[in-house]
Amino acid sequence: MNSKALLASLAAAALALAAAGCGDSRSHAQAVYVLVDTSGTYAREAGKAERVINYLLGTLRPGDSLAVAKVESRSFSEKDIVAKATFDTRPSQANAQKRAFRDKTEAYLKSVQGTAHTDITGGLIQGAEFLNETGAGTKTIIVFSDMQEDLDKVTIRNFPIRLDHIRVIALNVTKLNSDNIDPRRYLGRLDAWHKRVKAAGASEWKVINDIERLDGIFASS
Amino acid sequence: MWMIWPDNVALSILVLVLIAMFALYAARAPMHGLLRSASHALGGPLRLGSRWLFGVAAEMRARNKAVLLAQGRRETGQRIEREFERLALLVARDLQGYPTLQRKLLEEITRVEEDYKKCGEVPPPPPDWVDAVTAVAKIKTGGGEVVQKILLDIRQSLESIHDKALAEYRRAYQMRHSILEGFMPYWRSLDKTMKQVDKNMSGIQDAAAAVDAQMASYKEIAARSDEAESSLTNSAFTQFFIAALVMGVALGGAFVNFKLIALPMSEMVGASDYLTATLRTSEVAALVIILVEGSMGLFAMESLRITHLFPRIANLNDRMRRRMVWISLTLLLTLAGIESALALMRDMLIQDKQALLQSLAATPAVVSEGWLGHIPTAGQMVLGFILPFALAFVAVPLESFIHSARTVGGALLVNLLGAIAFALRILSNLARHASRALVHAYDVLIVLPLVLEHALRSLRKAPAAPVLRELGHE
Repeated sequence: MNSKALLASLAAAALALAAAGCGDSRSHAQAVYVLVDTSGTYAREAGKAERVINYLLGTLRPGDSLAVAKVESRSFSEKDIVAKATFDTRPSQANAQKRAFRDKTEAYLKSVQGTAHTDITGGLIQGAEFLNETGAGTKTIIVFSDMQEDLDKVTIRNFPIRLDHIRVIALNVTKLNSDNIDPRRYLGRLDAWHKRVKAAGASEWKVINDIERLDGIFASS
Repeated sequence: MWMIWPDNVALSILVLVLIAMFALYAARAPMHGLLRSASHALGGPLRLGSRWLFGVAAEMRARNKAVLLAQGRRETGQRIEREFERLALLVARDLQGYPTLQRKLLEEITRVEEDYKKCGEVPPPPPDWVDAVTAVAKIKTGGGEVVQKILLDIRQSLESIHDKALAEYRRAYQMRHSILEGFMPYWRSLDKTMKQVDKNMSGIQDAAAAVDAQMASYKEIAARSDEAESSLTNSAFTQFFIAALVMGVALGGAFVNFKLIALPMSEMVGASDYLTATLRTSEVAALVIILVEGSMGLFAMESLRITHLFPRIANLNDRMRRRMVWISLTLLLTLAGIESALALMRDMLIQDKQALLQSLAATPAVVSEGWLGHIPTAGQMVLGFILPFALAFVAVPLESFIHSARTVGGALLVNLLGAIAFALRILSNLARHASRALVHAYDVLIVLPLVLEHALRSLRKAPAAPVLRELGHE
């Protein structure tokens, strides 16, 4: 090695910084789709939904995706998505996006109005579509609902759905008056959803009634 | 089913034991041979392996010694060279002005001598008229006025002469005192000059003593003495552990440095890129920056000839070396500046994240702490700037570590080989002794036929050695 080559190697060492980059980003990213039930009396739980969304905004990292959608009489529509974002890989930009996201969902949840029917299945199909598009490594649908589906006569949802590699978390599943009379109705409802979600290919089904327990789920993923 | 007489178990067992005993007696010679062969088969390779390992260890020890002594000779030679350079500098600095100093000393001594001689001049002796006065004092006045008047005149004359002589005497002493007083600066100057000479001489003596010590060490190394080897090995072990300790401290510094820049690096290269399942690209980029800083420090130290890890750099001409120093220092300075900026960005990102979390949690924002709140930011920035330069000095312990690791590793390897060889030797001996013990145990099993054999022999030949002695010989 002559002296010129040595100087060149010095310069090469300085340029070694350029070696960083070109990594695998998608498989490590998370995507979360939050379905917020706004039907009937459950619309009163909107405050809790805001806490959940804020928790997710604080937990998700740059590069992750988040969408909040409402469960209405018919929920299989992009119009039902209140806010969605794939956060920038730069932390500062991601923080700015999170602020904007929070403002948007906050505004919606303050003005939420109850709907006559509840289409959870449509929301799940819409959520699966969104999550698969993101290409994230970990995909989660959070259903903030009492899990009581109530479709109108025209809407058709009694067909198999696909939720491959998506974990579904039913959050804040409140008990209805009828559940209090006969708890088997509540347990049966949850069991039916469990079977349906598993049959759809979901990786996991979980019911969480205490919002604080979300911490363990997202901290470990 | 193996009972010969099922009704009499004891008899059956006894007969079976006897049969077995005689069968074993018949197979005695081949069994002994088998046991001995097995012992040889096992012990031979073990002994061979042990001997080979001892040989390898001895060869390695010799090679280690040669390398160690060569390294020691080179280092001691360099040290002697440096000591001589220091000595030459001392001689040039202190003894160069020695003729001037000597001339000054001589002049001062001459002057002091002259003054001393001046001081030695005795005052004029008292006049001879003292005797005359004594004689006159003995004259009897007899009450004559003339005589009294003469005596009074004489007295007055004497008093005036006495006063004059006293004044003269005092003046002479005053002069001598003033001459003596004039000595003082010369004495002081002489004293100072002599002290300076003494100090210079002591410095030269110390330097000469250091050279002597190094030369003695060099002679011992050249003589390839065991003491020299032992001393060099001990020194290498000490260097190894000290260098490891310093490098450990430097690693701590590098870790702090990494923590300072890992988060803001995600702002540059993205926070969601992963190289492996758990390793983020931003973390790798931060690590690369730290390693590049270390490399720049290494190049700077090499170019300044503080370390000698790359002979190519040491052999460069001075102009090229100076260029390298400037290039590496410039890059180091740039990287330090970048780190400082990244440290600031880290603080901003953390504050932004905190603000976001507070707004999400709907908790009241923390009141600004004024200038106190800026101290951590400033501290991070200063650390970010200083740490790269501090890490640059890692090159020095790294060199010591690398050099001493050869000796330490070699010594440990030799000891390991020796230990393995020793274990193999023990196993080989165990195999040999186990074979002997098994042969004896076999004979114990067939003791009855052996006794019979011995009895038959003693009938044929008299006298015969006791069976047990025979057994013992085998």
